[in-house]
Amino acid sequence: MAIKQLSIFVENKSGALADITGILAENSVDLRALSIAETQDFGILRLIVNDTEKAAKVLRDKNCVVNITEICAVAVPDTPGGLASVLRILADANIVVEYTYAFISNSKKDAYVVLRINEHDLATAEKLFREKGIREINESDIQSL
Amino acid sequence: MKMKYWQEEIETASRETLDSLQSERLIATVKRVYEKVPMYRQRMDEAGVKPEDIKNIKDITKLPFTTKQDLRDTYPYGMFATDLSEVVELHASSGTTGKQIVVGYTEKDVHTWGEICARALVAAGADETDFVHVSYGYGLFTGGFGLHYGAQQIGATAIPVSAGQTKRQVTILEDFGSTILCCTPSYAMTIAEAVEQAGIDASKLPLKAGIFGAEPWTEEMRQYIEDKLKIKAYDIYGLTEVMGPGVSFTCEKQCGMHVNEDHFIIEVLDPETFDPVPDGTIGEIVFTCITKEAFPVIRYRTKDLGYITREKCECGRSFARMSKILGRTDDMLIIRGVNVFPSQIETVLLEQGFAPNYMLVVDRVKNSDTLEVQVEISADMFSDVTTALTAAERKLQIAIRELLGIQATVKLVAPNTLPRFEGKAKRVIDNRKLHD
Ligand SMILES: [Zn+2]
Repeated sequence: MAIKQLSIFVENKSGALADITGILAENSVDLRALSIAETQDFGILRLIVNDTEKAAKVLRDKNCVVNITEICAVAVPDTPGGLASVLRILADANIVVEYTYAFISNSKKDAYVVLRINEHDLATAEKLFREKGIREINESDIQSL
Repeated sequence: MKMKYWQEEIETASRETLDSLQSERLIATVKRVYEKVPMYRQRMDEAGVKPEDIKNIKDITKLPFTTKQDLRDTYPYGMFATDLSEVVELHASSGTTGKQIVVGYTEKDVHTWGEICARALVAAGADETDFVHVSYGYGLFTGGFGLHYGAQQIGATAIPVSAGQTKRQVTILEDFGSTILCCTPSYAMTIAEAVEQAGIDASKLPLKAGIFGAEPWTEEMRQYIEDKLKIKAYDIYGLTEVMGPGVSFTCEKQCGMHVNEDHFIIEVLDPETFDPVPDGTIGEIVFTCITKEAFPVIRYRTKDLGYITREKCECGRSFARMSKILGRTDDMLIIRGVNVFPSQIETVLLEQGFAPNYMLVVDRVKNSDTLEVQVEISADMFSDVTTALTAAERKLQIAIRELLGIQATVKLVAPNTLPRFEGKAKRVIDNRKLHD
């Protein structure tokens, strides 16, 4: 039930981020979630949008390097320890989380959390979530945001 | 009609035949320039050499060298060995680092130039049915003319597209049905990218071969271009001072560039002592023209570095083969005392899966030289995970250190942000010069 995430190579120079978000705005692509990972000389912008394919196309037309990755996102109770309990389940199964970031949900009770898990561990992680009653969100959850 | 050679008899002649032909032609040329060109007479007199001292090719080492500076000092017509009334064409080499030089061709010289380019075209599989798309510049620079004349000698169709207007190049490739593309390797890359961006499947184009030269390029770059354009890529080498493109060329065996030895004598010399080095040893390449009428250079120092072999090639040609140009004594960067050629870094980049779009930035920080390698990231190398990219940077850094023994910083940049080249690439920015 993975959802699609766009990642975009961003040079560390002023205006780079404005250019990318500008291209998306011009093409009426709505952002649902955003996170940036930075190194000394470049960044990776990660986005969840309402229309992934379209966003990828318009960015590639402007010579951006874009990847589409399947990622797992779950609804986590918006209470202390909510995220910790999910990460604990994965850690106990020796599943490495490359990165994670949270974004808002429709419900006041839950936060949505992206968990980037290696492809070969994804099925195991999803099985564990089902067993522990953790709800994985899907494309329709994203569309309804 | 498919041909194996353009002029089989001379291209496959025995080494003895070539040696005696070269001796005979060298003797005649030296005699002529001594009579006609004051500069050569003066230099030979200073060196205590008379034309009679040159009895065979081995005596060539007795002759003084000619440098680009000599050609500048005698600008415009001081080195011409015929009456100007016999000259039918002039070309000039751009003076990027000084005054330009002028070279001339008699009718016979123009024919010779076409002939050696015809050999290169035939070696690349050309015959009278081919459409030869020439994207070297047409102008004062020798660029496109030799291959143009060569294509016509074969009876093929020359298309003088010249350099620039890359979108138009793609339209012509498609609409005119070009079968052989001639340009610099950098421009071939630019054209390949434009073909891709236009959404054209390169394998559907009639293009089958490319003849690329006029700047140093690596074997990895050749494979990259072959893969992108779905063609076989051949090398051509030459320089304005000697003739223009066509002095040497690769055959289908791709094992070095055959020097047209019936027209030029090649020597490889130690760049410091100027003594001849054995075949297979890298040195500065030096040429002597032995059939040229208007502008024959004697022991011209090219500043290009390479090596030669005289073993007979599997293709049947007996002409000596020169390696790719491994660098120019001019392009050599000295970074923290280490000699670095841009081509070495290009090899590493391609081995590591990067596209050959790069810039080298050299600077001096706190009295120590720094080298930054800027390279464009490609779509298939990109990842959403930072560590994957920093690992690629690190891997490249280690490979450069292993090859050159120097620490470079690697900077990944966005695609299509580094300069593209229509002629010769300029991939080095040396900021150290600004502080001098
Ligand atoms: Zn050969």
